[in-house]
Amino acid sequence: MVRSRIRMTCMIMTGTTMTRRVRVRVRALMPPGHVRAPAYLRGKTGVIERALGPFGNPEQLAYGLPAEKKPLYRVRFTMAELWGDRAERPEDTLDAEIYAHWLEEVPDHAP
Amino acid sequence: MPHDHHDHDHDHDHPHDHGLSPSGHPYRQDDDAPLTYWQRMEIAVRELLIEKGVTTAAEVAAQIDLMDSRSPANGAAVVARAWTDPAFKARLLENAGDASREMGFDIGPLHLIAVENTAQAHNLIVCTLCSCYPRNLLGLPPDWYKTRAYRSRAVREPRAVLAEFGLNLPDSTTIRVHDSTADMRYIVLPARPAGTDGWSEVDLATLVTRDSMIGTALPRSPQTVAQDG
Repeated sequence: MVRSRIRMTCMIMTGTTMTRRVRVRVRALMPPGHVRAPAYLRGKTGVIERALGPFGNPEQLAYGLPAEKKPLYRVRFTMAELWGDRAERPEDTLDAEIYAHWLEEVPDHAP
Repeated sequence: MPHDHHDHDHDHDHPHDHGLSPSGHPYRQDDDAPLTYWQRMEIAVRELLIEKGVTTAAEVAAQIDLMDSRSPANGAAVVARAWTDPAFKARLLENAGDASREMGFDIGPLHLIAVENTAQAHNLIVCTLCSCYPRNLLGLPPDWYKTRAYRSRAVREPRAVLAEFGLNLPDSTTIRVHDSTADMRYIVLPARPAGTDGWSEVDLATLVTRDSMIGTALPRSPQTVAQDG
């Protein structure tokens, strides 16, 4: 898992245009403090819609600390992935901005 | 008839006018509650900054003025330009912040993404974590945008929410909800209403409402404009 995360980060860092769909899962962590990965997306899998570039890490900015730049992505989820059978229409989508350190790559052909 | 006061036969003076404004609505209560911690903090920090010469009261007032001067009319002008100028529309979808700056809007360091409504897809903007909104372009967000009800329901049941706004989209239209969770802000580029061929940019802008740029409504149609006079 760590290895796949590094691979995604490398691909993103090189700034190459991603031609294949990169599937990612939002890490299912529940750390204390200010984070901007909404709880309802944690553990959910989506695809990277676009890379947004590096932005100051809000987990440090929120406390007035010097902030590292973290790559930020727009990740697209289906409503079926988020809400299961309760989704109004499974194919509707939700896009959210998630920092790289909250994402782990999911292999295309996961078992 | 809450605005009429002639249908009673008591003869005391000024009946019923306690608590109601001339338009028949209750007056807002005086805000006599003690200041909150953060209100005291704001006043203390502001006074210190002025006292130490970092800023001035006039600068603070000018900044408030600037915030108040920003309105959905700015966004409407951007949308109308995109409806009439395909090259501008392409630049807007590529980088909405730069395209807005190009039109002369002073939007600060805003990172703006425009999402386009098409025959296949309808976009809706929400900020579930707080109330992120493209204030630099559209002005202050409506109160409902900041409520827990809108913030939680827009991502879970956007179709039900849109129906409550009077917008019933066919099942063939995909809804794309955008949760403004970090550094980007969003504006919906609605589809240009039918029957507006040959309209000027200025006239088109009158059709673009605030809600149509959040995604909870469609732009006004030439027919509704005609009805409204």
